[in-house]
Amino acid sequence: MATREFALTTGTGTLSTATLRLHDLVVTTDHKKLGLMYVGAGLVFFIVAGLLASVMRFQLVTPNNGAVSPQVFNRLFTMHGTTMVFLVGMPIIAGLMNYLVPLMIGARDMAFPRLNAFGFWMFFFGGLLLYFSYLGAPGITGAGSAPDVGWFAYSPLTARAFSRGHSTDYWILSLLLSGVGSVVSAINVIATAVSMRCRGMTMMRLPLFVWLSIVTSFMILLALASLSAAQIMLLLDRFLGARFFDTQAGGSAVLWQHFFWIFGHPEVYILIIPAFACLSEIVPVFSRKPIFGYPIMVAATVMIAFISMGVWAHHMFTVGMTSVGNTFFAASTFLVAVPTGIKIFNWLGTMYGGKLRFELPMLFCIGFLFQFLIAGLTGVMLGVAPFNWQLHDSYFVVAHFHYTLVGGFLFAIFAGIYYWYPKAVGRMLGRRLGIWHFWLFAIGFHLTFDPQHIAGMLGMPRRIYTYDAGRGWEVYNLISSVGVAAQGAGIVCFVVNLVRSYLKGEPAGEDPWDAWTLEWSTTSPPPDYNFETLPVVRSRRPLWDLKHPEDPDWRYE
Amino acid sequence: MNETPIFEDVSMTKDDDLNSPVEPVDWRLPPRGVVAVICLIVTESSLFMIFVVAYLFYIGKSLSGPYPSDVLSTPVIATICLLSSSLTIVLAERDFERANTGGFRLWWAGTIVLGAVFLALTAAEWSHLITGRGLTISANLFGTTFYSLVGLHASHVIVGLTLLALALILFLRGHVRPEHGPRLKLISWYWHFVDAVWVVVFTVIYLIGR
Amino acid sequence: MLRRLLSDRMRALALAHALLASTAYAGAPDKVTNIFNPLSTPAEAAHRVALLTLAVCAVIFITVACLLIYAIVRFRRRREDDESEPSQIYGSNQIELAWTVLPILIVVVLILVTARTIADIEDYPRPTDAIKVTIVGRQWWWDIRYPDLGIVTANELHVPISESGRRQPTFLTLESADVAHSFWVPQLAGKTDLIPNRVNRMWIEPKQAGVYLGNCAEYCGTQHAKMRLRVIAHPPEEFARWVESQRRHEAEATPASAGRERFFSTSCVNCHAVQGTSAKGTFGPDLTHLMSRETLGSGAAPNNPETLRVWVRNPQAIKEGCLMPDMRLSDQDLDQIVAYLLTLK
Repeated sequence: MATREFALTTGTGTLSTATLRLHDLVVTTDHKKLGLMYVGAGLVFFIVAGLLASVMRFQLVTPNNGAVSPQVFNRLFTMHGTTMVFLVGMPIIAGLMNYLVPLMIGARDMAFPRLNAFGFWMFFFGGLLLYFSYLGAPGITGAGSAPDVGWFAYSPLTARAFSRGHSTDYWILSLLLSGVGSVVSAINVIATAVSMRCRGMTMMRLPLFVWLSIVTSFMILLALASLSAAQIMLLLDRFLGARFFDTQAGGSAVLWQHFFWIFGHPEVYILIIPAFACLSEIVPVFSRKPIFGYPIMVAATVMIAFISMGVWAHHMFTVGMTSVGNTFFAASTFLVAVPTGIKIFNWLGTMYGGKLRFELPMLFCIGFLFQFLIAGLTGVMLGVAPFNWQLHDSYFVVAHFHYTLVGGFLFAIFAGIYYWYPKAVGRMLGRRLGIWHFWLFAIGFHLTFDPQHIAGMLGMPRRIYTYDAGRGWEVYNLISSVGVAAQGAGIVCFVVNLVRSYLKGEPAGEDPWDAWTLEWSTTSPPPDYNFETLPVVRSRRPLWDLKHPEDPDWRYE
Repeated sequence: MNETPIFEDVSMTKDDDLNSPVEPVDWRLPPRGVVAVICLIVTESSLFMIFVVAYLFYIGKSLSGPYPSDVLSTPVIATICLLSSSLTIVLAERDFERANTGGFRLWWAGTIVLGAVFLALTAAEWSHLITGRGLTISANLFGTTFYSLVGLHASHVIVGLTLLALALILFLRGHVRPEHGPRLKLISWYWHFVDAVWVVVFTVIYLIGR
Repeated sequence: MLRRLLSDRMRALALAHALLASTAYAGAPDKVTNIFNPLSTPAEAAHRVALLTLAVCAVIFITVACLLIYAIVRFRRRREDDESEPSQIYGSNQIELAWTVLPILIVVVLILVTARTIADIEDYPRPTDAIKVTIVGRQWWWDIRYPDLGIVTANELHVPISESGRRQPTFLTLESADVAHSFWVPQLAGKTDLIPNRVNRMWIEPKQAGVYLGNCAEYCGTQHAKMRLRVIAHPPEEFARWVESQRRHEAEATPASAGRERFFSTSCVNCHAVQGTSAKGTFGPDLTHLMSRETLGSGAAPNNPETLRVWVRNPQAIKEGCLMPDMRLSDQDLDQIVAYLLTLK
């Protein structure tokens, strides 16, 4: 640190603090800074994608609305979906994992700090490239803008013949770039969690957040490869005339769907398992009890990861697979609900007999529990193939996945941010503003997405820029659009809270929540080197052992 | 406690508390490089698997020729070269461990040469297929899946050769010391993986697909 | 044993029973296409399994939600509480077993019911006298052909209804000429995709006469939203009359008119066909019986002389991005062509 400052301040004179800070972020390999950069960038993209969705909801508030053209609308939902999954979901989980894993295992940094930085910048440039498509995709011919093929880019809509200009190419290339970032991050997390644990931290003493990060990373290794492979094939089709998905040459459009969903289904578990990880750390602390059934939680997560590799074609029940094929994927889909349900029961079991404190992290966790329960059940409905034949590609599916991703994932991430922000920044997030955030967002979320279940059941397909009056969809679309205002207001409260607390929030101290894992034994924020001396642990809750020497965990584990 | 064998457990007596710990005897964890390369191999295997599946799926589905049985000739020499390079790299590593610098140089360079010969023969085969037999990536499904699968493998061979060459150059300049043995081992693992993939690719294209 | 369970005879028996039972069901084809108001055999089969699933999920939801609410209320920290920690329970194998076994049992039931319904719908054997229709999905309209009846039409599917004692389902063969589409008429059946280089099959069996609305349900580009569907179910005699009228090619009989002449000399015939004339374009919908359809542009606008004029003048005004260009016709040409089109009943 000292040498670097010396080098920067000699010669031309002193640089401003802002420049120095920016430079520091650009060259940093510190897992904490990178973790915060991941989460910060993810939140910025979240705002952008949220604005895109707001325009969509504005267009759909009444039938035959002319606010945006079909071409613009189709770009909106493509960019919204692509951004939310790849530029919001993936970096936020990478950020949380990179920030927390070393602290939780008593290490000074990730196994490969430079690789960590490389991964972040790959994601970041991938994100910029996707949005550059608005400017770059027209190319010389003027055809093309941002991608408009849907976030899952089905063939042959993505073929040269049907997707002119370079919009689809930007979709492919930006995701290939950020995909490399995800894989690299995954390798780093596994290597760190396996090779850098402090003394005494056996695998079965890992905080559940770390275990679930390992499982998530392993899934990333398997799933991202399928997406990248399919995208390379599409690139070859579009640029070298390859025939992978060229139906005129005997190619199969369904093959793209298989490859995409072999990625796509594990991907949604890749997103939700870190959310489960946040729950598994926060619920125990605010129930004042250890997690109920730690070994089962580990086993259930591994089972989810394993089974989720075999359910992908439940996104394809309508492509005309055989009855045997459809039955198989329906069965595997039901099966994956079992370990998922077990986890919900275990969180409930943790709360049972506890002394619940309804601080903000716990509020968001409770929201998660209700909403993810519903989401899981609508998922089971969608797994019943004949029911799926009605609900697929309708607003019911849109409602389901927003329930899992917003009602589930996002609420868990909010919980995590309220929980760990004090550690990262050294100040508490404001409670009052947090309550406003929670209620405004929760009400808005339900206003927007509850009616969409009904619209879907009344026959409203997804990805339509407009609809006729008289189909019975008007009132549900109206309510759905109104909810956006409340969600937006909630997010405004959140962002204001983040900034205000950073500047003048209440100092947090080392351990504001009276928690039990190693990250709470450092200062807030932790020093660059994380720990003065590397800890030695004897149980899953080392700080509980320290605080309760008369009744340590290692007597019971 | 049931722990997996590669991790040493912490041996502490029941009366210990954290304030006066008995230092755990053995705390050995797998090296991070090993874990990382295993992860890399896992993800690359997944990548290759998708291309292999595409190849297998499209066998017999080309609407027009050239067809595999018409144009494919088994690349025996190239395969022998590549697979024996796995042998030479093992010999190189053994010599490195025994501090036999001459032997290491010979076998390591030999590995690079064998890999390069493999690439050259592949290039020659492609040249013949494209100009002589009219099999291009856009000719039909066979052409598409053939060039993409073999090409994906060849690109990994190129990366491997680059790593090998870099290691050799660093070695010749005296920067590689005995404690770097494990890192060389990781490069060799990558190289073995590339060879193993070739076994699969070869089987799929020249045995099953023809 | 499972095979016997799913044997043709048992299935046909079960479905016949369902057919009889459902004729007592008071529903009607509606502009509000509620999937819980099925009016066709496959939709009804899906409906039954949907209701069972909903019931199971409702029970699970109420149980778990009540437990959650109970936990929140009962175990919240109260102000008078001391700072002592509650009893630190680490888990319970028996409880874990219980709440693993019960869900697995539910899953087994769901698998069996789902498998049965899938087979009932998907593997239903096509009767010899079923109506056979081939639908080719195109950006952004439906090319509809009845190969056995020699009928070519577009966007509106006409079928007979089934009455007890006289069943006549319609079996659809689904193909695509460009990208992936999906055929979804909620009150008649679940959706099945139309994918190029792939032949999919589905069947419908409407029980009530009327107009059934639907949509393309697989994003297929710019005007996916206005690629709408109409299935018009007729009583058997009415259907026979429709078939006959479609087979007649009155086009030959119409006297030569200025409009007819403009239609044939302008590039209209490059894309459109009129049976019995030299217009044999296949890129756009067949226009032989254009005026017998309720809508233009596959549900984009009602079919009447005024709207027809707007459409022919500039289809982009009604369906922006559709593949029929603005032909920049003069007012006179436009009037004449529209007059000709109005004769294509």
